[in-house]
Parts: sequence; structure tokens; C-alpha cells
Amino acid sequence: MSHYISITATERAEMLKAIGIASTDDMFVDVPEAWRFPALDLPAPMSEPELVRALLERSNKNAHVHTHSIFLGAGAYNHFVPTAIDQILRRGEYYTSYTPYQPEISQGTLQAIFEYQSMICSLTGMEIANASHYDGATALAEAAIMALNVTRNRRKIVVARSVNPQYRAVLRTYLQGLDIEVVGDETPGSSIDDALALVDKQTALLIVQSPDFFGRMHDLRGLADKVQAQGALLCVHFDPIALGLFQTPAEVGADIATAEGQPLGLGLNFGGPYLGIFTTRQKHVHKIAGRIVGVTKDVDGQLAYVLTLRAREQDIRRERATSNICTNQGLMALAATVYMSLMGRQGMRKVAELCYHRAHYAAEAIARLPGYQVEPGTFFKEFVVHCPRPVAEINAALREHQMIGGYDLAEDEPTLGNAMLLAVTEMNSKAEIDRLVELLGQFD
Amino acid sequence: MDTYEPHIYELSALGKHGTNLPRLDVPEAALPTALLRQDGMNDFPELTEPEVMRHYTRISQRNASPDTMMYPLGSCTMKATPKLHEEVARYAGFAAAHPLQDESLSQGALQLMYELQDYLGEISGFEAVSLQPAAGAQGEFTGILAFRAYHLDRGDDDRTEVLVPNAAHGTNPATAAMVGLKVVELKSDARGNVDMDDLRAKLSPRTAGLMLTNPNTLGLFEDQIVEICQLVHDAGGLMYGDGANFNAILGIAKPGELGFDFMHYNLHKTFTTPHGGGGPGSGAVGCTAELAPFLPGPRVRQTASGSYELFTPEKSIGRMKAFHGNFAMLVRAWTYIRTLGAAGLREVSEIAVLNANYVRVKLKDLYPQAVDRICMHETVLKGQIAGAQGIRTLDIAKRLIDYGFHPPTVYFPLIVPEALMIEPTETEGKRTLDIFIQAMRDIAREAVETPDVLHDAPTTAPVRRLDEVRAARQPILRYNAAAFAQILNER
Repeated sequence: MSHYISITATERAEMLKAIGIASTDDMFVDVPEAWRFPALDLPAPMSEPELVRALLERSNKNAHVHTHSIFLGAGAYNHFVPTAIDQILRRGEYYTSYTPYQPEISQGTLQAIFEYQSMICSLTGMEIANASHYDGATALAEAAIMALNVTRNRRKIVVARSVNPQYRAVLRTYLQGLDIEVVGDETPGSSIDDALALVDKQTALLIVQSPDFFGRMHDLRGLADKVQAQGALLCVHFDPIALGLFQTPAEVGADIATAEGQPLGLGLNFGGPYLGIFTTRQKHVHKIAGRIVGVTKDVDGQLAYVLTLRAREQDIRRERATSNICTNQGLMALAATVYMSLMGRQGMRKVAELCYHRAHYAAEAIARLPGYQVEPGTFFKEFVVHCPRPVAEINAALREHQMIGGYDLAEDEPTLGNAMLLAVTEMNSKAEIDRLVELLGQFD
Repeated sequence: MDTYEPHIYELSALGKHGTNLPRLDVPEAALPTALLRQDGMNDFPELTEPEVMRHYTRISQRNASPDTMMYPLGSCTMKATPKLHEEVARYAGFAAAHPLQDESLSQGALQLMYELQDYLGEISGFEAVSLQPAAGAQGEFTGILAFRAYHLDRGDDDRTEVLVPNAAHGTNPATAAMVGLKVVELKSDARGNVDMDDLRAKLSPRTAGLMLTNPNTLGLFEDQIVEICQLVHDAGGLMYGDGANFNAILGIAKPGELGFDFMHYNLHKTFTTPHGGGGPGSGAVGCTAELAPFLPGPRVRQTASGSYELFTPEKSIGRMKAFHGNFAMLVRAWTYIRTLGAAGLREVSEIAVLNANYVRVKLKDLYPQAVDRICMHETVLKGQIAGAQGIRTLDIAKRLIDYGFHPPTVYFPLIVPEALMIEPTETEGKRTLDIFIQAMRDIAREAVETPDVLHDAPTTAPVRRLDEVRAARQPILRYNAAAFAQILNER
């Protein structure tokens, strides 16, 4: 009997007697006999000390932010994770509970989600936020589906080439059964204006990203008017860290704004779980997917929180729901909420400044190296470096020095040549940046 | 009693901060003034670390959870969360590794993923597994996209219908709609299973597949499952297995052997990854060799030299999300399987089913069963208590809160009036089950003798019953000082 089972042999016998059967095997007579009780060929069970050893062994085979200096981003970033966050996440009241269907005994989760929605609105300037999606990529795909439902009978989504290629791939996965045309990102090097030129009366949504996949920030003022003049919506995918300093999606008139929430204190986690931030205008509230928490009163008049506008959701609306999404990323939204609370207004600004200044310090130093050019343009914490040698070769050499170099753009953007996407955050010290520059200088 | 916990904005005072950040050690670069944020973010809160900790600790205490009470939420498998998992998933090589770092630097993580693919395939009888989907609903979406791609790849272009039993989770029909397919609903028979005549009548050359939860949402094993799979296959369709109820059949039956072509695993139900207050989930999927080329990538394989690498199947439907799935959840599921082994997993299902049947037989005289049969890991009863006037299942559920239990799932499946779906899970002991049973029996008596006690319930929770209509009619979806003040002043 495993240490997770509380039924003793005596109790088991009593319970079988109460049920009126002789053995637990008799409970499974509905399973066709020929297929009943198959052997499972699995490794032998391990004790807790053995498990710790086996998992440490696997963990220790991986590089991580404490063994290597890391300049890799491309959608997942080594940002500071305040220790206090995990102390909250480890409270069983949060992490072992489920979707707050019974609001009277779920006020903790509900209030935390409501505070998340509030802070995301304050950060972005947008009118409403939902309780989150799986990650930034799926939040973006859900934005496309919402835009199709809002604009009705339009069958075209335009997406700029500078949107993260993984997100563009997920967008196509999500829309593949719906007879929707996804265009705008076919040509390497094409701009937001090139994508805008494709927006017409058949278009439901234009998707742009700023800072974009290459780290560049775009002044998006004026874009929304042009998109909306065609009756389409504008979705801006943003970096929540950049908003501590820079233009918000609301300031440029976005109809929908989405983001990957991983930078908000979630850590890298080898790719997940992350957090899909989704915001839009109040008037679209009945069209959005996912959970939303609102405020009401109980029978005594006490203020209380509750899941609301539920008639959009799959468990009620079934095939006419706005999405099949059932969960949100509850615990990850809580992590982001605690992060934003700890950072506060000043902290959000300071993190953005550290990223900006350190990234620019790195870019300027690299630009001075012979054989290297930094792609021109305004950037936030990531930038493209044209290298004198293939990026794979440079990164292999950096690995010998406990350093993880930038993202190799060879596969996604071969026309850029030997191009590396470098990310610099508040976690990269000046000494670390100087060391990177020194090592890069050994190639020319 | 006023138990109001202020919104975090109400605790804020400008000028504070709660973190200790690195100092700026490089020269300041010029900022692009045209791109600067125009507002001062003045409504963003500012607090110290102790204030933040106290706030989120205090509101956590307004949650019920499996760590504090039995949580028999049917269909959700709210088993206890092993504490070892919370430690190992945070090992730095897992929690602080970048998903795009070179594969040579990620061999431990890839090895773990490869092994988990293998274990899940073995437990379910499937050839191939993808760990990418983020949740059960996304696993369903993956499967039905794969069905569509499979049919189209064979030039079988007219398979536009997905059969879904009327007892199914709402995610099933919603998924079919997201893939652009038409939902055809199947009736259930008197024994709570798929109505075979209705199935035969609705199968056609348009059938892309059937989505089936087995055991189904009535907690019953579809005993004609082999024939169902045969009929669907004969019609050229495919069988999708919704793994929401997989906790009942670990080592009892393998869906792949029964005839299913594709299924998702809810790692957050069956394999203990914590529910997190509503996510993150993890909806890994398994399938037959025939469907494997359509799986989402990346998957993990082993090379001839013994190292591990990511690859995308040749006819993949594409990515479901960025990166490699909810990796931290995979670490926990791996740990669970390696803790229990084959015999331990079978014991999980045996005790889960034993516990559900024990509750069933001890309550069925007061709460009519939806179907009078041996159940699997959950039992569906009706809140129709003889002699009770004006009592609904909702009242019973709310009264259970006063007895110290999280209520079961209510009003689901939709085909059972006043449904109470009880899933105790294997981690509850007999002592707790007996207290729960006694509470349910006491409530049945109260329903007849003092029904207002049920109507007024709960009275011991942080708040009492809510005006949900008001929340929807006058939506307040973010902090609004005036709206909060109005509610607080009305008291």
C-alpha cells in the first residue's frame, strides 16, 4: 500500500462487504474480460530518497541560470523572480484547490484573480482583462478567434512578420479548421506597414508585436485608426516589462492586447507553465474566451467575488461557446499578481530601465567589435547582431565558457545571414556583459 | 460578521516598494521620448514585502482546498498533492532552464520528457505521446485537429461530423466547433451508456470520429466499448478518448487496446499535478502509430548515440503553444509514476473505485442514484430527497460547506436532474468518508425537518450566498473605488 492511500486491509474488507462484493476485482466486471487488468511494463517503484537522487541527476544534466550566463530570450526571459512569490504559491490553499466554482469558499482565489485583472488593466491601460490563457501564443490565437466573432463574416487575419514565429505557428494551428486566411508574414523582412497594406474589408484583425520578435519598438500611434477604418480590429502583443517605461497598447488605441506573462516573476521552467495575458475593450466582454471574475454582494450585503458572464463558456454554451477553454493559468496569474504587487509602480519602471540601459550598453560595445553590426532601430531589451561567423559556431564556443548566447535566427530568418538575437535583462550584470563582449571579440 | 479583506489597491501608499533590485551599473542610454508611456501608472499599487505577504496569506485563508478538507468534486479528481513534487519541480535544472538553450545543455529535461512519453504510452496502450498540450481541453483540440488532418491526408474530405454523447463534458462539443466540425449528439441508454441504436443511426460517411469519456460522466464504464470502437472504425471514423476519468482504470484497462485511437491525459487529475486554483493543467496526448505523424511537435526521441533530441512529426498539425508543454507539470507526473510503479497505479484505481462505491451504497437510500450499477471512480446521485419540499441540489451543496466539506460537482452531467457527482478519490480514508456520509445523511434529514437551514447555508464560510445576477448585470471587472465604496456603504 502506497503512502498516499489511507484504506487499510481491514477497512477494505468492511467496505467490500457494505458494497456487497467479494473483492475489488468484482468492481470491474464491466471491463471486457479479454482486456481487463493488462500488465503495465513500468520501472519498479522508488522510495523518496531514491526519487530525489534520480531527479537531481536529471536536473544536474541541464544548464540553468545559476550555472551559465544567459543572453537568450526569444519569448522566454531570465528576469528576476522575487523569493516572496514562491512562498505564496506554496500555500496549499492556492495550489491544491480548483476553479472557484463555489465562491463562498473560494474567495482567496477569486480575489487574487480580480486583483490580477485590475493590475493588468492598470499596467496596459486597457479596459478589461480576463483571468488568463495558457500562454502568450494561445492568448494571441484566441484574440484572432474573438476578432472573427466580433467582426462577423470576415475570413482574413493579417499578422506581421515581426511577430514571434512560434506564435504565428500556433495561430495557424488554431485556425486550420475554420477556413480562415492568415496572411501578411510570408515575406522576410516585411514591415508592419506591409502588413497594414493587406488589411481590407475582409480582414477581422491585424496582429502586431512591440517590442517585436527582433526586440524593436514601434511607434504604433495612428495604426489603429487605419485598421479600424477598414472595420477590422487591431491586436498589439506587448512585453509587460516594457510597459514600466514605454507606450501602452491603450495609448495606441489597440482593440485587443495580449502578452506572454512569463517575465512577471514566473521563471523559465524550461518553457512552461507560463501565462497568457488577454485584454480588450469593455464592449467586447461577451465575446471573450476564458474565465472572468467580477464583484457582487452576498445575502448579508458583504462585498464578494465570483466568476461572472459565464454564459460564454463551454460548460454552459457547449458548441456555441466562445472557446473550449476550461481552466485559466490560475497559479501563474497569482504569481504575476504577487510580482506586480511587490514591484509596484517604481519597481516596474526600474526593471524596465535596467533592461533598457544594460541592453543598450551591450549593443554599443558589440557594435564596436570588428566584424559585428547591430541591426539599426529602437529596441528595448533584445537586439539583432550580425556576426562574422555562423551563430551556431559562436554559441558552441560560448558554451565552453559557461555562457548561453543569443537565439540563432538562421532557421526562422535565413535572409539575415549570421544573425543572433541577444537578450539582456536586469539579471545580466555589467561584468557579465563585458565578458560576453570579450568572448565575441575573439571571432572575426 | 464583517470579514472584508481590502483590495490590494486599498492597501497601497505611493512611495513604497517590495523588492530589492540590482543597481544600475552601466551608463544611461538616451530614451526614445516619443515612445515613453504617457500616464504615470498612478493607480498601480505600491506596498512593502511584509504587506504583500500578509495580504496574500490572509486571502488564501478564504479558500477551501484539498489540503484542508475533502474535496469530492466529481470529474476533477481532487486527490491529495504529493509534497515531494513541489520540491523536485523547483530544482534549478528544471525551473531555471531556458526552453531554447542548446539540446546538449538540456539532456536531463529531455530525458525526463522522453521517459514520461514512454510511461504514458505504456499505461494507456498507445504508440506515441506528445506532451505539448497545456490542458485537457487543448488535448481534445489537438486530437480532433489530428482526426481532421488524418482524414484529409487520405483524401477523405467529407468527414465533417463529430459524434458526442449528451452526457459529455462541454469541452467536447466546444472543441469540435473550434475545429470547424459539426456536433452530432448521441443519446444515452437506460443503463447510462451510449445508446447503440442511436450510434448506428448517426454513423455515416460524414463521421470524423466519436469523442467518448470512459468511464463516462455518469461514472460508469461503457461495457460495449469494444463494439462501439468497431462500429466507428467500420464507418471510417476515429475514436477519441477524453481522459478526464482515467483515474478509474490505471492497470484496469488500456484505452489503446480497447480500440481508442487518440486520448488526452489530464496530468492534473490522474497524475497529481496540482490544480492551482484553476490551472496550469497539462493535457498530454497519446495515439496509435497511424495518427502519430499528425501529433503536435516538438516531441522527444532518442538518437542512436543515446542522447535526446526534439523533433516535429512529418505531418504535424503544428504547435499548440509556444515551447515544449507545461514542463514543470511533467516533472511532477514523472515523479508520481516512478513513485507508484505498476502495482501502485493499479491500487490507485482500485481504491478510487472502492471509495466511490462505498459512498454510493451508503447514500443511495436517501439520494437516488442516476443509474443503479456498480460505479467507477465517481458516483452520480440526485438531490431529490423524499419528503423534502423546495430543496434543490444547490441547497445540499451549500449546506455541505457548513459541515466542512467542499461540495461535489452539481448539475452535471446535464442529463441527470439535480445531479450530485461525487468523486472521493483514493487519497481519502474510510474515517473521512464515514464523516462525509454522515453529513450527507444529516443534511437529508434537515431537508425534511428544517429546510431553511439548507436555504440559508452556508453560514460558516467567509461569505454567504452571492447575488450572481448582479455580478453579470452590473459587471465590475477591475478595481473601481466608487463601486467598491457603494457596496461597502450599502451595508
